[in-house]
Amino acid sequence: MKKTEIIKGYLGYMRESIEAVEKTREKRLKETFPLMTLEERDEILKKLHPDYREEAKRPVKVGPNKGDLMPHEVADLLEAHPLVKPKDVDLSSVDFDVDVLIIGGGGAGMTVALWANYAGVDAENILIVQKLRLGDSNSIMSQGGVQAADKSNDSPVLHYLDVLGGGHFTNDQKLASRLVLDAPMLIKWQEDLGVIYDKESDGTMVTIHGGGTCRKRMHSARDYTGLEIVRNLKDEVINKSIPILEFASAVELLTDENKHVAGAILYNMETQEYHVAKAKSTVLTTGGFGRLHIQGFQTTNHYGATADGIVLAYHVGTKLRDLDSVQYHPTGAAYPEQIVGLLVTEKVRGLGAQPVNKNGEQFVYPREPRDVEASAIIRECYERNNGIETPTGMRGVWLDSPMIEILQGEGTIAKKLPAMLRQYKRFDIDMTQDPILVFPTLHFQNGGVIIKENTETHIQGLFAAGEVTGGTHGKNRLMGNSILDYSVFGRIAGISAAKHAKNAKIGKLTLDHVTKYERMLKEAGVETDRKAPILLPEYREEKVLSRALNIF
Amino acid sequence: MATIYIMGKAYKVPNTLTIMKAIEYVGYRFIRSCGCRGGFCGACTTFYRVKSDYKLQVDLACQKRVEDGMYIVQLPFIPAEKPKWDLDKMKPTTDEVIRVFPEITRCLSCNVCTQACPQDIEVMRAIQAIRRGDLEDATNLTFDCISCGACSIRCPAEITQYQVFQLARRLYGKYETIPSKHLMERLKETEEGKFDDEVTKLMGMELEELKELYKKREIEK
Repeated sequence: MKKTEIIKGYLGYMRESIEAVEKTREKRLKETFPLMTLEERDEILKKLHPDYREEAKRPVKVGPNKGDLMPHEVADLLEAHPLVKPKDVDLSSVDFDVDVLIIGGGGAGMTVALWANYAGVDAENILIVQKLRLGDSNSIMSQGGVQAADKSNDSPVLHYLDVLGGGHFTNDQKLASRLVLDAPMLIKWQEDLGVIYDKESDGTMVTIHGGGTCRKRMHSARDYTGLEIVRNLKDEVINKSIPILEFASAVELLTDENKHVAGAILYNMETQEYHVAKAKSTVLTTGGFGRLHIQGFQTTNHYGATADGIVLAYHVGTKLRDLDSVQYHPTGAAYPEQIVGLLVTEKVRGLGAQPVNKNGEQFVYPREPRDVEASAIIRECYERNNGIETPTGMRGVWLDSPMIEILQGEGTIAKKLPAMLRQYKRFDIDMTQDPILVFPTLHFQNGGVIIKENTETHIQGLFAAGEVTGGTHGKNRLMGNSILDYSVFGRIAGISAAKHAKNAKIGKLTLDHVTKYERMLKEAGVETDRKAPILLPEYREEKVLSRALNIF
Repeated sequence: MATIYIMGKAYKVPNTLTIMKAIEYVGYRFIRSCGCRGGFCGACTTFYRVKSDYKLQVDLACQKRVEDGMYIVQLPFIPAEKPKWDLDKMKPTTDEVIRVFPEITRCLSCNVCTQACPQDIEVMRAIQAIRRGDLEDATNLTFDCISCGACSIRCPAEITQYQVFQLARRLYGKYETIPSKHLMERLKETEEGKFDDEVTKLMGMELEELKELYKKREIEK
């Protein structure tokens, strides 16, 4: 076998390693690598998790979190000029005057909209602003599932313990408790909308383990769980005639003379026109920061995940938390090149596939919490040199997917992981027959805007829900808790925003906070051309950009 | 390197790139036609022909590798309004679906829709399943639909299949799936506040005590 010959998707030298994996498979089917103790977890995180690289962070120079360590990529956005200059906009002419303005149209935003509507806000008094199309979000990409303790051997108390342990006991306990206690209600609500979860013929939910769970409580809809939920939400938002502004970004929040948040400046991404949106309640549901490619990592995130929400919130003085902790999903695709960084759902391990090194050996329990699992894979590739190098110089370990077919029966992958199977088939790899190559990939913003239990931020009139917030998951989120997060807190935010709007009085609209922010930057000695939020990542080649003329 | 023609204009790009990355490589910055970049959202539907081949092909720009001589155009939006419906007032029947989408009775069974699907869904079979009243079959056949709309652009009967499937699935999901007894029981318990005290107790607990509890959890086999 030639080393460079491609056989069923893999190069010859990879095939040699696959043979080693096949040789140990029978033995591995009978034995699982042991779980780490809490002490071992701490040790490997400190030694190998990217969060602990000191050179990757710096103390931020301005604002309520001044002095807190953040990744350079995040600090860069906070130490940047706001996009809007107050003198360039006319706030006396209001284009949208609504009760509830929702910034971000993913799972969280749409859940907020529906529950604000249920809570009595007429559809025409709601506005969803969305940078891409409604539903284009990380929510739609979620594959593995959603946690809810709804089986008789399980309880919200056990779910709570898992959430805290996964977060290394750094969570906001009030938020974490809400998350687990409301879970069954939100699953029921989604089912009433028409969301179809995988079930046995008697109606029992099919549930499996995720990393760090003590009970099998992961509900899924094949491996299109996010898609199934989002398309139902989207359909319902449109049915309810809730107004949606697509390809429009919020580029700055508005405040009034009482320093309450009072809406936002919106920007038409296509015509570059701005609009003034006045709102009694403003809800941030902008998602996370995967597209910042922190420490150069590839990401599973959608095109618009550029941390806009934390920047907007910070400009009005909201405090952030845990932004020093980034979730690297243990298993992103490492090969083929075309799909590097895309998600290989945790469900693959949940169904029995083990991570193994180039010699076919296990080196970690397959379902440690995500940060621990990711660190173990990094150790195997870079400290122990047991990874497989790809033609582009990336390293990865095998995820032994054919084990699923042996453990759960032939055809299981086609039935339960159709998206994964399809993704690899496009590149001639059959994951029912051959293992797949994986390496950690930037997946989730663990931290974010601080909220109270009712989702309100420190600033009156501003609410937040979903990935943009911090606290619920502490410094590490478990699988299946992000859909749950946006569902539970999206609902609460919808109800809270509706309630707030009933009595809120908006004063004169201002952008005084922008002037103040510019002053803070100057006083802190920040000299930069950077502007934020960035709205979209930049993937054009340097060669093209360096020759671009701005002449029309 | 491969030569690709973006809306007719030739560019040389590395042949390992996806269509999406190739378009960025030559200097375009996406606002439309780019969503999740992972094959789940249907924003980057792309039609293409390869040189000297009459066949019109469809794929997702984020999931398809460029080929030499590819003529490319993207479809950023499907020209169709989504009809509104109130699920609470509907029944899970073919009649209800036909009331909203009467055009499904015009299906010619030509199967062009199926050939156009980048997800390899049996689109025509699913339309036929709805026509004969089998919403379950239609749901299973179309579960992996990402609503890219390629089928509807090719359909001679002008059906917007992806919208029809959404209605069929929601009707099936809401009315025809079997409720989970354990979910209803747990919901009753959480509504009665059965776990509130125990969770509150954990919230007030010392960290070391909490860690001990965590360590003692039995992991379900």
